[in-house]
Amino acid sequence: MHNNIKYPILETLKEASKLDQSHDMWPGRDNAFHSFLSQGFPHKKLEKWRNTDLSEFLEKDYQYIPNTDPISESDINSIFHCEIHNFETYLFTLHNGAYVYKQSPITTLDNGVVIGSLRSAWESHNDLVKPYLNELTENMLNGMVSLNSALATAGLFVYVPDNVKVEKPVQLVNMINTDKNPFIQAKNLIVVGKNAELTFVQCDDSVNDQDSFMNVVSEFHLKEGAKLDHYKLQNKELSSVLINTSFFSLKKDSKLKTNTITLNGGNIRNETIVNLDGEGAEADIFGLYLADKTQHIDNQVLVRHNAANCYSNELFKGILDDEASAAFNGHILVQPEAQKTNAFQNNKNILLTDTAQVATKPFLEIYADDVKCSHGATVGQLDEDALFYLKQRGICDLNAKMLLMYAFAEDIIRHISIPSLHDSTSDMVSRRLKGELSACNQCVLHCNDQKPMEFDIDLSKI
Amino acid sequence: MAEQEMDALNEVTQNEYKYGFVTDIEMETIPKGLNEDVVRLISAKKEEPEFMLEFRLDAFRKWQAMDMPDWGHLNIPPIDFQEIIYFAAPKKQEKQSLDEVDPELLDTFNKLGIPLEEQKLLAGVAVDAVFDSVSVKTTFRESLAEKGIIFCSFSEAVKEYPDLIKKYLGKAVPNSDNYFAALNSAVFSDGSFVYIPKGVRCPMELSTYFRINAANTGQFERTLIVADENSYVSYLEGCTAPMRDENQLHAAIVEIITMDDAEVKYSTVQNWYPGDKNGKGGIYNFVTKRGLCKGRNSKISWTQVETGSAITWKYPSCLLVGDNSIGEFYSVAVTNNMQQADTGSKMIHIGKNTKSTIISKGISAGRSHNSYRGLVKVSKNAINSRNFTQCDSLLMGDQCGAHTWPYINVHNKSSIVEHEATTSKISDDQLFYCQQRGLDAEASIGLIVNGYAKEVLNKLPMEFAVEAQKLLAISLEGSVG
Repeated sequence: MHNNIKYPILETLKEASKLDQSHDMWPGRDNAFHSFLSQGFPHKKLEKWRNTDLSEFLEKDYQYIPNTDPISESDINSIFHCEIHNFETYLFTLHNGAYVYKQSPITTLDNGVVIGSLRSAWESHNDLVKPYLNELTENMLNGMVSLNSALATAGLFVYVPDNVKVEKPVQLVNMINTDKNPFIQAKNLIVVGKNAELTFVQCDDSVNDQDSFMNVVSEFHLKEGAKLDHYKLQNKELSSVLINTSFFSLKKDSKLKTNTITLNGGNIRNETIVNLDGEGAEADIFGLYLADKTQHIDNQVLVRHNAANCYSNELFKGILDDEASAAFNGHILVQPEAQKTNAFQNNKNILLTDTAQVATKPFLEIYADDVKCSHGATVGQLDEDALFYLKQRGICDLNAKMLLMYAFAEDIIRHISIPSLHDSTSDMVSRRLKGELSACNQCVLHCNDQKPMEFDIDLSKI
Repeated sequence: MAEQEMDALNEVTQNEYKYGFVTDIEMETIPKGLNEDVVRLISAKKEEPEFMLEFRLDAFRKWQAMDMPDWGHLNIPPIDFQEIIYFAAPKKQEKQSLDEVDPELLDTFNKLGIPLEEQKLLAGVAVDAVFDSVSVKTTFRESLAEKGIIFCSFSEAVKEYPDLIKKYLGKAVPNSDNYFAALNSAVFSDGSFVYIPKGVRCPMELSTYFRINAANTGQFERTLIVADENSYVSYLEGCTAPMRDENQLHAAIVEIITMDDAEVKYSTVQNWYPGDKNGKGGIYNFVTKRGLCKGRNSKISWTQVETGSAITWKYPSCLLVGDNSIGEFYSVAVTNNMQQADTGSKMIHIGKNTKSTIISKGISAGRSHNSYRGLVKVSKNAINSRNFTQCDSLLMGDQCGAHTWPYINVHNKSSIVEHEATTSKISDDQLFYCQQRGLDAEASIGLIVNGYAKEVLNKLPMEFAVEAQKLLAISLEGSVG
């Protein structure tokens, strides 16, 4: 155990692990807890954590909330409803880490799609869960992952059978609303069958400004020819900590598009591990982060090219204001057998103040010779010439800056292929840039306003 | 890959190291091993003043408390520091003219093509040759002295200009900077010292040639260049070593300090023995090079062509402290066979309006691994700073690796930092184009590689550029996979 034995939460976690083992849940959790104990909480001496310091948070007095069986919907109806116009989804909610259901913890659609509580699915659909669960999770990646493997038993399970196209997006809202300072684990498992298609929207939201610590691990299995359109929308309170680790495995000819949009994030770390395991797999990994105050956003992306003829493209963009800080750590690993690889990586940042800071490390590790890999990273400001051009045309300084920032962010937003989600995200980003959007009290998609956001510009005069 | 190309590649990669001979010369060595007594002995042998001994002992004590760095993408076999001889010198020393220099030694440098003799007057290069641990001959000293330029071996400088040494030694690379820097600070034997006085533009290129000859020795030299206000100097460094089956350690330090408006251009062609095809033998090149742009508008430019060494671990850096100061780094690093290189640059922007450029071209062939590792850090006060970094890698062969680890940290809003990098192999189109025009596969590859590295080679002084181009061709003959 590393020098973080002192954290108050640790004893509680040790107790919890003992209690939790008694549940009739999947195996391996005991080992995972040992792995956590040997690794400890991640600390700044670790190369991958040098920019994110958890110690300040871990010293707080969190209350560990054990995963429970699914709870009925009535308890939370008053707190949450999503109102994106025309955004029809299969909506599922995790409330303080507990799965909330309407009629039954497991829903089976006509086309064979199974959606529901992972905990319940382990019992009722063991044959669907067992072959995939924890197959991708790497407990040795860091202490947070192994801690999650040890303690998290609640979360969402989605199974899309072969050749099924899920018409409506599946939306998971991960919400924290409690007057305690919760320390929560959650685990999601998503399996997309051969040639099946799924759109999955993951929203992380906190309702009140309690200190909270959320540790989520998600596994995504994309079988041959599968397509997954994945969105992570994050709008968190300043005092919240969210550690989000996603493991993806892409089999032959499967396609992944994942989009991480962070509008507000107390302290957010997104770690994305994409394994391109089958020939011809393609992954687009996009990210947008807008941070101000003392927010900290850390995006870690590891793409492993394990097979030939794969394609990966990463684009992460960020705007940092006030004393916000951001880190981007991209890593493309091309294995010797992954010939004909195309891999691209790009990270662009705009710093608006002298107190904002960014650390970026686009890293390439290449062991095959017939590859095309490139990476780029920039840190800078709004283009003076472009600003001048706009101002010359009668747009005030503030609006001109907004427009340029919006254009900068639009590069990511335009990859959102659900029209209603695209529009509302676009609206939220412009609102966010104007400083009108803080972590809202409703769903992450702050969409109660009927009137779309507009820049104060008479476009006819341009 | 066409067979012809493979042949060409093999021919290149199998080219033998031509500087691998051993000079049979009477050597004075001390027993192997490292402890405080050895540090004292080295200091005593060099008749150093007290402050130098203290500097060494302090470094040695700090070194003992340090661990060897393991963060490089390198596979470094354990080094037994007690098995190394820390001081070796040709027996006859203190030559006044070339006639007194051991002819065997002169012969060696002639073989290496080092302009020690008058014939090389034409080349207009002043040379300080360091043979194993000791500087054997510094040419042109008198003519440089007329302008007030000091160019001499480090040991002479310690005796003759102790004040300057005391003032500047360890200012850019503190004696506890890193494991190898601390080791060097404790046991360094000799090296070169250059001082360019105010307003002087050094009329010729200064050059040091390093040669490891004795077996089982480590080479620990130290170069200190101080450019006073409004001065300029271009400095060249070259190195070779005999072919031996065991690995030899080379842990050097280069410190450069520039005052207001001064400029130093430092060029290296590093061609230590890289080991044989199977990775046996070769030099471990663990070098700390750092420039301190202390004055306003000062400039330090590093250019390096790295083709030798079994393992290279070096990151020439610039501390841009003075306002408007400029740091540059141009590098071509070639690895072949079993060579490993982890090299790059650090640019630390501290002063206002500071600028830096990093151009790094890596070429890996055979079973080698070539990594770029760099840091660009812009501190809060370094407003309006600018960095541009480009690091490209060329892969030749399917068993080699090319890696890029750029760290970028920016702490203010007015600075612009750009980084771009590509990794690819020589494209079939390019090869086809060249071959279609009558070049054979090998010549085509040579042409493409030289074109690829041109941006850096152009920064080398004339004499070096020619040598470097040849070296590049030799290192890579036939290296297309």
